Order: sequence, then structure tokens, then C-alpha cells
Amino acid sequence: MVETFPTPLTPEEAAVLIRRRRGRNIAMLAALLCLSLLFYAIAMVKMSKTGVMP
Amino acid sequence: MSSLGLSGGVSESTAGDWLALLKPRVVVLVVFTGWAGLLAAPGHLHPVLAFTAVLCIAVGAGACGAINMWYDRDIDAVMRRTARRPIPSGRIGAGEALGFGIALAAASVLLMWLATNVVAALILAISIGFYVVIYTMWLKRRTPQNIVIGGAAGAFPPLIGWAAVTGGIDWLPVLMFAIVFMWTPPHFWALSLWTHGDYEKAGVPMLPVSAGARSTRWHIMVYTLLLVPVTVAPWALGMSSRIYGVPAALAGAWFIWDAWRVLRDQQDSAGVSLTKDAPAKKLFRYSLYHLAILFTAFIVDAFVG
Repeated sequence: MVETFPTPLTPEEAAVLIRRRRGRNIAMLAALLCLSLLFYAIAMVKMSKTGVMP
Repeated sequence: MSSLGLSGGVSESTAGDWLALLKPRVVVLVVFTGWAGLLAAPGHLHPVLAFTAVLCIAVGAGACGAINMWYDRDIDAVMRRTARRPIPSGRIGAGEALGFGIALAAASVLLMWLATNVVAALILAISIGFYVVIYTMWLKRRTPQNIVIGGAAGAFPPLIGWAAVTGGIDWLPVLMFAIVFMWTPPHFWALSLWTHGDYEKAGVPMLPVSAGARSTRWHIMVYTLLLVPVTVAPWALGMSSRIYGVPAALAGAWFIWDAWRVLRDQQDSAGVSLTKDAPAKKLFRYSLYHLAILFTAFIVDAFVG
């Protein structure tokens, strides 16, 4: 049985790969930051409603 | 997978591919009707919680889109309109899309519960289940009436928005639900009149495929005649003022006129258009404006009427 290996990427393809991966990571970071802010805001609203905060 | 032209057989999705899984154009419509339900409801919801409720509706709808693309990946690959979607083009794996969809669906329901109330969360969960199980998995490939019953899935957002504020359901949001439910068949049948080749190739029994173009034109006309009374019902039953009622009646008359033009389009003996379905394309575009007019009028009426 002959083993096959993936063809190595050209420098241009590697650059495309890195750019796409970075874009995805930035989008994920932005989504998580927004979610954290949202949870913080919801907690503040809920606590102020239940009288935990003035 | 070398869909990205990478010789090493590596496929890397972009953030845009993941966004495309959520069917953003459908989400826009759902968000709009959800907002309308929320704003038309009596009572007050803190702006942060209202934003969260609408976000949950949007994410829930997006999750439905992702799970739908996972289930329909085989037929998406053969239809020209959908062949470039992330799964059939190999940029995102089917399992990844399913996991993404399920995670978003669960998160949207839980967050809705946390931010608003259990009734809104329950209706959101039912709407997701209805779209995924009843429409996508059961009806879509089995019956030409897929759109008629499946239309209910897209009609839930005003109910969810209303329930987020009030914690319950009333007749007005039920009528809003009925409007979207009755609006969906003529909207999609108009589209299917000129895209039926794709559906035929994929084996999806859309009405023009199973019953022919002539029957589809009649179905559009009949459903439009049923839709318009439903759209003016909130005014007729005293649930909204003429601020809603007059635009709804005028917009409905226009819808009937456009449906009549589709019925009377120049066509061959089988009902196939000789005008490249120009009236059907016009009706499809107008139907989007029609829904926008109705739900904008609901919002204005709630504040002014």
C-alpha cells in the first residue's frame, strides 16, 4: 500500500490560509467579547429589577 | 477538498462562510417581524432585554438555517441557486455545520429564558423544532404543500416578541402569526414559478413541479384572496386603528392586482410564462414590501394609534 501525503502549500496558498484563519479568530474574539458585554448588561438589568442594586 | 484552490487539499472556511450558514437574508425578515411583535405588545421591556430577545430570535432563526443546510446538503449540491453554499462547496464540513446549528439553537433558547421568560423561550424552541423537524425533515421533500404548513415556522417571531414583553399570548399576535402564515405560500410559489427547474432536478415537489405552472398561478390567486382579509382583520376586529387598517387594505389590494397579473400572464398551454415570468418576479418583490408595510404599520399604530 502506497502512502500518499498532501501536496505542500505554495507560499501564496499558505498566506491565504493564514489570512482566513486569522479572520475567523478575530470574528470569534469579537463574538465572545460582545457576548460577555451582553451577559454583564443582562445581569445589571436583572439585579436592578430585583432590588439587589439601587 | 480543494474548493479554495489550495493544492495541499486543505479547506479553510472564512468567517463569512459561517455567517452564510445562518441564512442572513431570512434572518433579517424574521428579526423585523419579531421586533414588530415586541413593539406592538402592551407593557415595557428594558431595552437591553428587548435587544437580547430579538438577538435570540435572530440566532434561533440562524440556527435553523445551519441545520437546514446540513440536512439539505445533498439537494443543495444539485441546485444552481444553492450549489455554492459552504457545505456543498466543501468549505465547511457537514458535521461542523450541524454542531454549530444545535449549539446556537440551544444557546438562543436558554438566553431567551434567562433574559425574558419561559413562554417566549418555549415558543422559540417550538419554532426551531417546527422548522427543522416538521418542515425540513418531514414536509419539504414529501408534499407540494410543504410551503403551506412549513410557512408556520417563519410566522412565530411576532408571537415570540409579544410573549417576551407580556409573558403570554393574545389575539393580535395570533393574527400577526396568521398574516405571515398566509403570506408565505404566494410569496414562495411566485419564486418557484421561475426556479422550478432547480427543484425538479433536486426532486423537491414544489407546486410547479408536481401540479404545473397553471395550477400554481391559481393557487397564488386563491391564497392571496385568503391572505388579504386576514391582513385587515386586526382593524376590522378593533385591535388596531386605521393607521394600520388603511395601509393594510391598500397594500392588500395591490397584492391582489399583482396576483391577478401572474394569473393572466402570457403563457403556453401548460401555463409556462412567455414573458420570462415578469409578473411573478414583480409579485415576489412586492410581497416583501407588503410584509414590510404591514409590520411597520403595526409598529406605528402601537405608538400613535
